Amino acid sequence: MNDKSNNEIVIEVRGLEKSFDNHRVLNGVEMDVRRGETLVIIGRSGCGKSVLLKHIIGLLSADRGTVSVEGRTLSKLTRKELYEVRLRFGMLFQNGALFDSLSVGENVGLALREHTRKKMAEINEIVARKLEQVGMGGMENKMPADLSGGMKKRVSLARAISLDPDFILFDEPTTGLDPITADAIDDLIVELGGHPSVTSIAVTHDMASAYKIADRIMMLHDGRVLVSGTPDQIRSSTDPIIHQFINGLATGPLKAI
Amino acid sequence: MFTLLAACGKMTLDFLEYVGGLFVMGWRIICALPSIFVSPRLTIDQMLQIGVNSFPLILLVSVFTGSVAAWQTAYQMVDFVPMRFLGVTVGKAVTIELAPVLTALVLAGRVGASIAAELGTMRVTEQIDALEAMAIDPVRYLVLPRVVAGIIMIPILSLFATVIAILGALVVSVSVVNISSEMFLNGVKRYFYISDLVAGQTKAAMFGLIISLIGCYQGFITSGGAEGVGKSTTRAVVVSAVLILIADFLIATLMFRMG
Repeated sequence: MNDKSNNEIVIEVRGLEKSFDNHRVLNGVEMDVRRGETLVIIGRSGCGKSVLLKHIIGLLSADRGTVSVEGRTLSKLTRKELYEVRLRFGMLFQNGALFDSLSVGENVGLALREHTRKKMAEINEIVARKLEQVGMGGMENKMPADLSGGMKKRVSLARAISLDPDFILFDEPTTGLDPITADAIDDLIVELGGHPSVTSIAVTHDMASAYKIADRIMMLHDGRVLVSGTPDQIRSSTDPIIHQFINGLATGPLKAI
Repeated sequence: MFTLLAACGKMTLDFLEYVGGLFVMGWRIICALPSIFVSPRLTIDQMLQIGVNSFPLILLVSVFTGSVAAWQTAYQMVDFVPMRFLGVTVGKAVTIELAPVLTALVLAGRVGASIAAELGTMRVTEQIDALEAMAIDPVRYLVLPRVVAGIIMIPILSLFATVIAILGALVVSVSVVNISSEMFLNGVKRYFYISDLVAGQTKAAMFGLIISLIGCYQGFITSGGAEGVGKSTTRAVVVSAVLILIADFLIATLMFRMG
């Protein structure tokens, strides 16, 4: 946590609605993200957190409402312009989403090969450095199938930051990991988000992780933003829904099953 | 009554959505076409995968196709048509029909299924989303190389199948039907038109497009985990096989006009 956040709003979500098979997942989400902050979106499984994240990078298109990145409305961009915006993003997917036909090194170096004119030697050097940064140094030649869940996430993280993005999106970065590995991933997120120009958005339902990495926490409930505040404000909230969620209680206003 | 109507309506909509999606993908492939020269490596890899690795299978299939064609034709000709016409009949059938169509149908199973399963798995494990998120166009990176490789390699495989099938037919004609190899080969040669060979390979190129495009499209629209991948794979094979036979008929009516 730090106060590097300034007031410049870089991501703006207005009245976002999205339905799948007549089931409305997002129902008018309003959200602002400021440059340099680390925003954590919490909420129950299936409440649309990942869907919201995919709208921010334009992987899904809204039924209604808009998403703007630095003033550019994604739905109005051509594919080429959208790709220009995406080049400034890095995304860590829930299960890593590593390309299984490529080695670890090729996975991390893919964006560099595709989008820069760097020489192979230079790319290899960057790949080695990024892998070192996530604690996976020297693993270039391993295949994704040979890695454990935590290692995949690390490699995926190295891939997400290969182009030194200004925005990093984390989709459930610690889900399915043991507590120690999860904490190590959290440390990495804090380290990456520590850079003043890097804006991060993480989606999680792991509260330990949320408290550790967030400058601001936002809770999504019933397809809308229920609350947004600093970790301390969330922790001391008296709202019964928030209280039940952050403390993981089976009884309360939210139905457990 | 209403539910029946609704079901018909849904089927029509689904069908239109499928066809529309195919055309959109086709258009995006055309737009991405110039980039094929930027990274030819991707296409060469697919040509190896789709083409070179299919040779043993096509060899096996075409030996038997030719042998059976010779055997069956001879059986039907006995007592009606002189055996010196065996080479003509088998040669024609293999060149314009059997080799391209059987090659395509077998490859719909081998290549179409593997493309759909691979891309389908990439879809459900978010690998295609990951490409998109990295600003790498999946149509350029995944679809274009496969479609181009399909259009180039399937005619080559079909040409190979034509040669092997005729050799297979020759062996059966000599050893079982008891005609001389000269008689058989003279028959093949006398009525051999290069235009037949071109027509056969044109069909094969069309089938190559169908197999690879349907495989890719089916992979891209996969949803629902491992079960979804299974369904997509099956569907890719069925849809390609049906389209191959329909396209074969349409091309036949265009290319081989009688009278």
